Amino acid sequence: MNAPEVVVIDYGVGNLLSVQRGLEHCGAKVVLTAEPDQIFAAKRVVLPGVGAFDNAMQALERLNLVKVIQELATRPIPLLGICLGMQLLLEESEEFGITAGLGLIPGRVIPVPTQTLSGEKQKIPHIGWNSLHPSSTSVGWDGTILQDNSPGDAAYFVHSFMAVPSDPSHRIAECRYGGHLISATIGRDQITGCQFHPEKSGEVGLKILRRFITS
Amino acid sequence: MMNIRLIARLDIKGPNLIKGIHLEGLRVMGSPNEHALRYYQQGADELIYMDCVASLYGRNHLGDIVKAAAKDIFVPMTVGGGIRSIDDATQILRAGADKVAVNTAAVANPQLITEIARSFGSQCMVLSIEAKQVGPDRWEVYTDNGRERTGLDVIEWVKRGVAMGAGEVLLTSVDREGTRKGFDIALVKAVAAEVSVPVIASGGMGKPEDLLDVVREGGADAVAMADILHYKRAEVGEIRAVAEEAGLGVRHYERT
Repeated sequence: MNAPEVVVIDYGVGNLLSVQRGLEHCGAKVVLTAEPDQIFAAKRVVLPGVGAFDNAMQALERLNLVKVIQELATRPIPLLGICLGMQLLLEESEEFGITAGLGLIPGRVIPVPTQTLSGEKQKIPHIGWNSLHPSSTSVGWDGTILQDNSPGDAAYFVHSFMAVPSDPSHRIAECRYGGHLISATIGRDQITGCQFHPEKSGEVGLKILRRFITS
Repeated sequence: MMNIRLIARLDIKGPNLIKGIHLEGLRVMGSPNEHALRYYQQGADELIYMDCVASLYGRNHLGDIVKAAAKDIFVPMTVGGGIRSIDDATQILRAGADKVAVNTAAVANPQLITEIARSFGSQCMVLSIEAKQVGPDRWEVYTDNGRERTGLDVIEWVKRGVAMGAGEVLLTSVDREGTRKGFDIALVKAVAAEVSVPVIASGGMGKPEDLLDVVREGGADAVAMADILHYKRAEVGEIRAVAEEAGLGVRHYERT
């Protein structure tokens, strides 16, 4: 059997190497590219990202990739956004004013609360390992990239903003920070986003990448 | 509160993992990546690689070591030692690091903190501080792996560093480093009280229980462990179990 192929969109934002190594470790053949032809020809696509929302959207626009990804999302090609790449899937973000996103999943990106539910100050960014749980509004993890994971599995997060899908059923997994529920994995149809870094989450994350490359 | 992080720290000299006392009298412990892989498999939450002679010679040997480690290790890696410019940081991040730790060059040129934070995000910029006690509740910043004094007060410096963009602080007690006498809790407490970013306590962990006080009393968000792991006095899993039993939040980890 040939190695499963994954296109990782290379738009000059963040460290793609970790994502590439994680996918390769799971047995994938990885292509880093910003070429629309290669992206449309992909079997599955990863949208990575680290940094600020507006910078990332500008970078995608400069490379004419906004329309490419929106078109891609209408096809049956699995798409996985990671960290900022997940936030870009939504309609807009409040980071540095309001910036429009790709709009593939209805909802917005808002700051992680600076206070716990009980009113104490909490550290931002939300950084470190946190446990994933099925959200009460989702139908469970079967058929999602979390299919091989168990509730309670811990993944590595580092972020200051968080995604709030307007349709609660689009929230597949959540974690708790200072009592607040934070979207950990969101998705609809063949589009998925992970707020955490599967490529930095040890075996728990590698399971997710393995599931993705066989999707 | 966030789960505390259990971080394996690997001090490197040339191709070797080394361990000293007070950051001096270095002893060769073996291959860095054999140790790193073992700690990853034991469930270390992160790794820190520190090139401990880089500042002395103005270079960093870690690129190749990190590149090899990144093929098998899938937890965050912080790399420090001899990072003096954006170019140095870029290179080490390309090799597979997730964060860079800067000490000597940040003292010489604090603007570097801001430049790294702007280019890669503040989550990527770890301010490494080597602290030596100089009086009651007073610590001085040292550089070049505890060899050079700077005249800077640790508390003043950490506040400035965080204001300039540092997203995390790696706080090493030179007095405790390699001594197995436990962490310098007063130092960690003084620093953690002043900054809103995570503080990693480093230096002095002799037994697993040592981490309890530095987290509860000191307010550490993470602990860096070297000697205790290298000399196999405890495994990461045992340390995690001690923290869990004491009621500290740690990452849920199942060995596979």
